[in-house]
Amino acid sequence: MNRRIFMGAGVVAAAALVGVGEYLMISRTEPPTPLTGGVGGAFRLIDDNGKPFTNRDLLGKPAMIYFGYTFCPEVCPTTLTHMSAWLHALGPEAGKLRAVFVTIDPARDTAVKMKEYLSGFDPNIIGLTGTPAEIATIARDYKVYYKKVPIPGGSYTMDHSSFIYLMTAKGDLAGLIDYGEPDTKAMAAIRRLLRS
Amino acid sequence: MTRMTRALALAGAMMVAGSAYAQPVKLGALTITSPWVRPTPPGAPSAAGYLNIVNHGSVTDRLVGATTPDAASVQVHEMSMTSNGVMKMRPVPGGLAIPPGKTVALAPGGYHLMIIGPTQEFKAGESVPVTLIFKHAGKVAVSFPVANGPAKPAGAMGAMPGMTMGAMPGKAPAKP
Repeated sequence: MNRRIFMGAGVVAAAALVGVGEYLMISRTEPPTPLTGGVGGAFRLIDDNGKPFTNRDLLGKPAMIYFGYTFCPEVCPTTLTHMSAWLHALGPEAGKLRAVFVTIDPARDTAVKMKEYLSGFDPNIIGLTGTPAEIATIARDYKVYYKKVPIPGGSYTMDHSSFIYLMTAKGDLAGLIDYGEPDTKAMAAIRRLLRS
Repeated sequence: MTRMTRALALAGAMMVAGSAYAQPVKLGALTITSPWVRPTPPGAPSAAGYLNIVNHGSVTDRLVGATTPDAASVQVHEMSMTSNGVMKMRPVPGGLAIPPGKTVALAPGGYHLMIIGPTQEFKAGESVPVTLIFKHAGKVAVSFPVANGPAKPAGAMGAMPGMTMGAMPGKAPAKP
Protein backbone atom coordinates (compact mmCIF):
# COMPACT_ATOMS: atom_id res chain seq x y z
CA MET A 1 0.00 0.00 0.00
CA ASN A 2 2.71 2.43 1.05
CA ARG A 3 4.73 1.30 -1.89
CA ARG A 4 1.83 2.05 -4.25
CA ILE A 5 1.37 5.55 -2.82
CA PHE A 6 5.10 6.14 -3.13
CA MET A 7 5.09 5.00 -6.76
CA GLY A 8 2.04 7.12 -7.47
CA ALA A 9 3.76 10.19 -6.00
CA GLY A 10 6.83 9.42 -8.08
CA VAL A 11 4.76 9.31 -11.28
CA VAL A 12 3.09 12.62 -10.41
CA ALA A 13 6.46 14.24 -9.63
CA ALA A 14 7.96 12.91 -12.88
CA ALA A 15 4.98 14.17 -14.86
CA ALA A 16 5.31 17.59 -13.22
CA LEU A 17 9.02 17.71 -14.09
CA VAL A 18 8.35 16.72 -17.68
CA GLY A 19 5.60 19.34 -17.81
CA VAL A 20 7.87 22.08 -16.47
CA GLY A 21 10.70 21.04 -18.78
CA GLU A 22 8.40 21.10 -21.76
CA TYR A 23 7.03 24.51 -20.76
CA LEU A 24 10.53 25.96 -20.38
CA MET A 25 11.59 24.48 -23.70
CA ILE A 26 8.61 25.90 -25.53
CA SER A 27 8.76 29.30 -23.83
CA ARG A 28 12.46 29.62 -24.58
CA THR A 29 12.47 28.58 -28.20
CA GLU A 30 8.96 29.22 -29.50
CA PRO A 31 6.86 32.34 -29.13
CA PRO A 32 3.46 32.38 -27.42
CA THR A 33 0.43 32.35 -29.66
CA PRO A 34 0.11 35.62 -31.59
CA LEU A 35 -3.44 35.90 -30.27
CA THR A 36 -2.15 37.01 -26.85
CA GLY A 37 -0.93 40.58 -26.72
CA GLY A 38 -1.38 41.51 -30.38
CA VAL A 39 1.13 41.63 -33.20
CA GLY A 40 2.61 44.12 -35.63
CA GLY A 41 5.06 46.99 -35.66
CA ALA A 42 7.24 49.04 -37.96
CA PHE A 43 9.09 47.15 -40.68
CA ARG A 44 10.99 47.99 -43.82
CA LEU A 45 11.23 45.29 -46.51
CA ILE A 46 11.27 45.05 -50.31
CA ASP A 47 8.55 43.54 -52.49
CA ASP A 48 9.06 41.01 -55.28
CA ASN A 49 9.68 43.85 -57.73
CA GLY A 50 12.53 45.09 -55.53
CA LYS A 51 10.57 48.17 -54.38
CA PRO A 52 10.45 49.28 -50.72
CA PHE A 53 7.46 48.00 -48.75
CA THR A 54 6.87 49.15 -45.18
CA ASN A 55 4.24 48.63 -42.48
CA ARG A 56 2.51 51.77 -43.82
CA ASP A 57 1.90 50.00 -47.14
CA LEU A 58 -0.25 47.47 -45.28
CA LEU A 59 -2.69 50.09 -43.97
CA GLY A 60 -5.94 51.19 -45.60
CA LYS A 61 -7.03 47.68 -46.57
CA PRO A 62 -7.37 44.47 -44.57
CA ALA A 63 -4.62 41.98 -45.25
CA MET A 64 -3.84 38.29 -45.00
CA ILE A 65 -0.16 37.65 -44.31
CA TYR A 66 1.69 34.36 -44.53
CA PHE A 67 5.27 33.70 -43.46
CA GLY A 68 7.06 30.87 -45.29
CA TYR A 69 9.86 30.07 -47.74
CA THR A 70 10.20 28.77 -51.28
CA PHE A 71 12.36 25.72 -50.39
CA CYS A 72 9.31 24.35 -48.51
CA PRO A 73 7.87 21.43 -50.53
CA GLU A 74 4.45 21.05 -48.96
CA VAL A 75 3.05 23.48 -46.39
CA CYS A 76 3.98 26.73 -48.16
CA PRO A 77 2.87 25.86 -51.70
CA THR A 78 -0.32 24.32 -50.26
CA THR A 79 -1.06 27.47 -48.25
CA LEU A 80 -0.34 29.76 -51.22
CA THR A 81 -2.56 27.54 -53.39
CA HIS A 82 -5.39 27.94 -50.89
CA MET A 83 -4.82 31.70 -50.60
CA SER A 84 -5.02 31.85 -54.41
CA ALA A 85 -8.27 29.87 -54.42
CA TRP A 86 -9.80 32.15 -51.75
CA LEU A 87 -8.82 35.27 -53.72
CA HIS A 88 -10.34 33.70 -56.83
CA ALA A 89 -13.54 32.88 -54.91
CA LEU A 90 -13.80 36.50 -53.71
CA GLY A 91 -14.04 37.69 -57.33
CA PRO A 92 -13.99 41.51 -57.60
CA GLU A 93 -13.86 41.77 -53.79
CA ALA A 94 -10.32 40.36 -53.89
CA GLY A 95 -9.15 43.89 -54.70
CA LYS A 96 -10.27 45.00 -51.22
CA LEU A 97 -7.85 42.59 -49.56
CA ARG A 98 -4.05 42.58 -49.50
CA ALA A 99 -2.40 39.16 -49.71
CA VAL A 100 1.22 38.99 -48.62
CA PHE A 101 3.85 36.22 -48.53
CA VAL A 102 6.82 37.13 -46.31
CA THR A 103 9.89 34.90 -46.55
CA ILE A 104 11.59 33.74 -43.36
CA ASP A 105 14.52 32.49 -45.50
CA PRO A 106 15.91 35.76 -46.92
CA ALA A 107 19.31 34.19 -47.67
CA ARG A 108 17.75 32.12 -50.47
CA ASP A 109 14.53 34.04 -51.21
CA THR A 110 15.64 37.12 -53.10
CA ALA A 111 13.07 39.45 -54.67
CA VAL A 112 13.76 37.84 -58.06
CA LYS A 113 13.26 34.34 -56.63
CA MET A 114 10.03 35.39 -54.89
CA LYS A 115 8.66 36.94 -58.10
CA GLU A 116 9.39 33.81 -60.14
CA TYR A 117 7.88 31.53 -57.47
CA LEU A 118 4.76 33.65 -56.98
CA SER A 119 4.10 33.68 -60.75
CA GLY A 120 2.55 30.24 -60.12
CA PHE A 121 -0.09 31.72 -57.78
CA ASP A 122 -2.73 34.46 -57.71
CA PRO A 123 -1.19 37.68 -59.11
CA ASN A 124 -2.54 39.68 -56.13
CA ILE A 125 -0.11 37.96 -53.75
CA ILE A 126 2.78 40.29 -52.89
CA GLY A 127 6.11 38.70 -51.98
CA LEU A 128 8.26 40.41 -49.34
CA THR A 129 11.91 39.85 -48.47
CA GLY A 130 14.71 41.81 -46.83
CA THR A 131 17.97 41.48 -44.98
CA PRO A 132 18.16 38.80 -42.27
CA ALA A 133 17.92 41.60 -39.66
CA GLU A 134 14.83 43.12 -41.33
CA ILE A 135 13.14 39.71 -41.49
CA ALA A 136 14.06 39.10 -37.84
CA THR A 137 12.32 42.35 -36.91
CA ILE A 138 9.01 41.59 -38.63
CA ALA A 139 9.10 37.99 -37.38
CA ARG A 140 9.63 39.17 -33.81
CA ASP A 141 6.82 41.72 -34.03
CA TYR A 142 4.40 39.20 -35.56
CA LYS A 143 5.50 36.48 -33.10
CA VAL A 144 6.58 34.25 -35.97
CA TYR A 145 8.86 31.41 -34.97
CA TYR A 146 11.51 30.38 -37.49
CA LYS A 147 14.72 28.41 -37.24
CA LYS A 148 17.29 27.15 -39.74
CA VAL A 149 17.79 23.35 -39.60
CA PRO A 150 20.70 21.83 -41.58
CA ILE A 151 20.00 18.68 -43.61
CA PRO A 152 22.49 16.24 -45.18
CA GLY A 153 24.19 17.54 -48.33
CA GLY A 154 24.85 21.05 -47.01
CA SER A 155 21.35 22.42 -47.49
CA TYR A 156 18.79 23.36 -44.83
CA THR A 157 15.08 23.53 -44.11
CA MET A 158 13.28 26.06 -41.93
CA ASP A 159 11.03 25.32 -38.99
CA HIS A 160 8.38 28.03 -39.05
CA SER A 161 4.97 29.15 -37.79
CA SER A 162 2.31 28.13 -40.27
CA PHE A 163 -0.57 30.54 -39.54
CA ILE A 164 -2.10 33.06 -41.92
CA TYR A 165 -2.53 36.39 -40.12
CA LEU A 166 -5.71 38.34 -40.76
CA MET A 167 -5.02 42.04 -40.21
CA THR A 168 -7.52 44.92 -40.20
CA ALA A 169 -7.10 48.03 -42.37
CA LYS A 170 -5.75 49.77 -39.24
CA GLY A 171 -3.08 47.14 -38.73
CA ASP A 172 -4.62 45.20 -35.84
CA LEU A 173 -4.72 41.41 -35.67
CA ALA A 174 -8.26 40.21 -36.45
CA GLY A 175 -7.54 36.48 -36.31
CA LEU A 176 -5.48 33.57 -37.57
CA ILE A 177 -6.17 30.87 -40.14
CA ASP A 178 -4.51 27.59 -39.14
CA TYR A 179 -2.81 25.31 -41.64
CA GLY A 180 -5.36 22.87 -43.04
CA GLU A 181 -8.35 25.02 -42.03
CA PRO A 182 -11.32 24.04 -44.22
CA ASP A 183 -11.93 26.46 -47.10
CA THR A 184 -15.46 27.32 -45.90
CA LYS A 185 -14.17 28.35 -42.46
CA ALA A 186 -11.28 30.33 -43.94
CA MET A 187 -13.59 32.10 -46.42
CA ALA A 188 -16.02 33.01 -43.61
CA ALA A 189 -13.13 34.55 -41.64
CA ILE A 190 -11.95 36.50 -44.71
CA ARG A 191 -15.45 37.80 -45.46
CA ARG A 192 -15.81 38.87 -41.81
CA LEU A 193 -12.48 40.68 -42.11
CA LEU A 194 -13.63 42.47 -45.27
CA ARG A 195 -16.80 43.68 -43.48
CA SER A 196 -14.86 44.90 -40.41
CA MET B 1 14.52 10.63 -72.95
CA THR B 2 13.06 14.10 -72.72
CA ARG B 3 10.19 14.85 -70.42
CA MET B 4 7.86 15.33 -73.38
CA THR B 5 8.64 12.00 -75.00
CA ARG B 6 8.42 10.37 -71.62
CA ALA B 7 4.98 11.89 -71.11
CA LEU B 8 3.91 10.67 -74.56
CA ALA B 9 5.33 7.21 -73.92
CA LEU B 10 3.47 7.07 -70.66
CA ALA B 11 0.25 8.25 -72.29
CA GLY B 12 0.67 5.50 -74.89
CA ALA B 13 1.34 2.92 -72.22
CA MET B 14 -1.79 4.06 -70.41
CA MET B 15 -3.91 3.56 -73.52
CA VAL B 16 -2.55 0.04 -73.90
CA ALA B 17 -2.50 -0.98 -70.28
CA GLY B 18 -5.58 0.91 -69.16
CA SER B 19 -3.93 2.34 -66.10
CA ALA B 20 -0.17 2.35 -66.12
CA TYR B 21 -0.27 4.99 -63.37
CA ALA B 22 -2.01 2.79 -60.86
CA GLN B 23 0.00 -0.38 -61.56
CA PRO B 24 1.69 -1.51 -58.32
CA VAL B 25 5.46 -2.05 -58.55
CA LYS B 26 6.85 -5.17 -56.85
CA LEU B 27 10.36 -5.54 -55.43
CA GLY B 28 11.00 -8.70 -53.42
CA ALA B 29 8.64 -8.65 -50.44
CA LEU B 30 7.65 -5.03 -51.09
CA THR B 31 4.83 -3.59 -53.18
CA ILE B 32 4.81 0.10 -54.06
CA THR B 33 1.50 1.77 -54.91
CA SER B 34 0.07 5.24 -55.59
CA PRO B 35 3.25 7.20 -56.30
CA TRP B 36 2.76 10.90 -57.05
CA VAL B 37 4.70 14.14 -57.02
CA ARG B 38 3.19 17.50 -56.22
CA PRO B 39 3.38 20.03 -59.09
CA THR B 40 5.98 22.70 -58.36
CA PRO B 41 5.57 26.47 -58.53
CA PRO B 42 7.90 28.14 -61.08
CA GLY B 43 11.52 28.00 -59.96
CA ALA B 44 10.67 26.02 -56.82
CA PRO B 45 13.89 24.71 -55.26
CA SER B 46 12.19 21.58 -53.90
CA ALA B 47 9.29 19.19 -54.48
CA ALA B 48 7.51 16.50 -52.47
CA GLY B 49 6.92 12.89 -53.55
CA TYR B 50 4.44 10.48 -51.99
CA LEU B 51 3.75 6.72 -52.18
CA ASN B 52 2.58 3.70 -50.21
CA ILE B 53 4.89 0.78 -49.43
CA VAL B 54 3.53 -2.62 -48.38
CA ASN B 55 5.85 -5.19 -46.77
CA HIS B 56 4.59 -8.75 -47.39
CA GLY B 57 7.76 -10.26 -45.94
CA SER B 58 8.78 -11.33 -42.46
CA VAL B 59 11.55 -8.80 -41.74
CA THR B 60 11.62 -5.02 -41.48
CA ASP B 61 13.06 -3.24 -44.51
CA ARG B 62 14.08 0.41 -44.71
CA LEU B 63 13.61 3.05 -47.38
CA VAL B 64 17.06 4.61 -47.11
CA GLY B 65 17.05 6.95 -50.06
CA ALA B 66 16.14 7.64 -53.66
CA THR B 67 17.57 9.19 -56.79
CA THR B 68 16.15 10.87 -59.88
CA PRO B 69 17.77 12.37 -62.97
CA ASP B 70 15.24 15.24 -62.66
CA ALA B 71 16.68 16.69 -59.42
CA ALA B 72 19.95 17.18 -57.58
CA SER B 73 19.08 14.81 -54.74
CA VAL B 74 16.26 13.06 -52.88
CA GLN B 75 15.95 12.51 -49.12
CA VAL B 76 13.34 10.81 -46.94
CA HIS B 77 11.84 13.47 -44.64
CA GLU B 78 9.14 13.69 -42.03
CA MET B 79 6.95 16.75 -41.66
CA SER B 80 5.33 17.49 -38.34
CA MET B 81 3.31 20.30 -36.81
CA THR B 82 3.62 21.32 -33.17
CA SER B 83 0.56 22.22 -31.09
CA ASN B 84 1.42 25.92 -31.49
CA GLY B 85 1.44 25.73 -35.28
CA VAL B 86 5.17 25.42 -35.98
CA MET B 87 5.90 23.29 -39.06
CA LYS B 88 9.04 21.17 -38.93
CA MET B 89 10.76 18.98 -41.50
CA ARG B 90 13.47 16.52 -40.61
CA PRO B 91 15.39 13.79 -42.47
CA VAL B 92 14.37 10.33 -41.17
CA PRO B 93 17.54 9.01 -39.48
CA GLY B 94 18.62 5.60 -40.74
CA GLY B 95 15.82 5.50 -43.29
CA LEU B 96 12.09 4.87 -42.99
CA ALA B 97 11.24 1.49 -41.41
CA ILE B 98 8.79 -0.68 -43.36
CA PRO B 99 7.74 -3.32 -40.79
CA PRO B 100 6.59 -6.77 -41.96
CA GLY B 101 2.87 -7.05 -42.60
CA LYS B 102 2.43 -3.27 -42.62
CA THR B 103 1.72 -0.56 -45.17
CA VAL B 104 3.71 2.63 -44.68
CA ALA B 105 2.26 5.73 -46.29
CA LEU B 106 4.35 8.67 -47.42
CA ALA B 107 1.54 11.21 -47.55
CA PRO B 108 0.87 14.94 -47.04
CA GLY B 109 1.29 15.91 -43.40
CA GLY B 110 3.84 13.16 -42.65
CA TYR B 111 6.61 11.29 -44.43
CA HIS B 112 7.61 12.39 -47.94
CA LEU B 113 10.40 12.22 -50.46
CA MET B 114 12.10 15.61 -50.27
CA ILE B 115 13.17 16.20 -53.86
CA ILE B 116 15.89 18.84 -53.76
CA GLY B 117 16.81 21.00 -56.73
CA PRO B 118 14.40 19.93 -59.49
CA THR B 119 16.06 20.52 -62.86
CA GLN B 120 12.79 21.91 -64.20
CA GLU B 121 9.21 22.67 -63.16
CA PHE B 122 7.14 19.55 -62.39
CA LYS B 123 3.90 20.03 -64.30
CA ALA B 124 0.67 18.09 -63.79
CA GLY B 125 0.29 15.32 -66.38
CA GLU B 126 4.03 14.68 -66.63
CA SER B 127 5.97 12.14 -64.61
CA VAL B 128 9.23 11.96 -62.70
CA PRO B 129 11.34 8.77 -62.82
CA VAL B 130 12.55 7.88 -59.32
CA THR B 131 14.76 5.01 -58.17
CA LEU B 132 13.86 3.99 -54.62
CA ILE B 133 16.64 2.43 -52.51
CA PHE B 134 15.78 -0.09 -49.79
CA LYS B 135 18.23 -1.54 -47.28
CA HIS B 136 17.31 -5.18 -47.98
CA ALA B 137 15.18 -5.29 -51.14
CA GLY B 138 17.59 -3.13 -53.14
CA LYS B 139 16.66 -0.65 -55.86
CA VAL B 140 13.53 -0.24 -57.96
CA ALA B 141 12.51 2.29 -60.62
CA VAL B 142 9.09 3.87 -60.14
CA SER B 143 7.42 6.48 -62.34
CA PHE B 144 5.86 9.23 -60.19
CA PRO B 145 3.03 11.04 -62.01
CA VAL B 146 2.88 14.78 -61.30
CA ALA B 147 -0.57 15.47 -59.88
CA ASN B 148 -2.45 17.13 -57.03
CA GLY B 149 -3.07 13.76 -55.40
CA PRO B 150 -2.65 10.03 -55.94
CA ALA B 151 -3.97 8.63 -59.24
CA LYS B 152 -7.38 6.97 -59.15
CA PRO B 153 -7.19 3.20 -59.53
CA ALA B 154 -8.60 1.16 -62.43
CA GLY B 155 -7.99 3.33 -65.45
CA ALA B 156 -9.23 6.63 -64.03
CA MET B 157 -7.17 9.66 -64.97
CA GLY B 158 -5.28 11.64 -62.36
CA ALA B 159 -5.19 15.42 -62.48
CA MET B 160 -5.72 16.80 -65.99
CA PRO B 161 -2.66 18.19 -67.73
CA GLY B 162 -2.35 21.94 -67.84
CA MET B 163 -3.69 22.61 -64.35
CA THR B 164 -1.62 25.09 -62.45
CA MET B 165 -0.97 25.25 -58.75
CA GLY B 166 -2.92 28.47 -58.42
CA ALA B 167 -5.92 27.36 -60.39
CA MET B 168 -6.35 23.95 -58.86
CA PRO B 169 -5.85 23.75 -55.13
CA GLY B 170 -4.59 20.45 -53.83
CA LYS B 171 -6.71 18.68 -51.29
CA ALA B 172 -6.09 20.28 -47.92
CA PRO B 173 -4.29 17.91 -45.60
CA ALA B 174 -6.11 16.89 -42.46
CA LYS B 175 -5.72 19.46 -39.73
CA PRO B 176 -2.95 18.23 -37.44
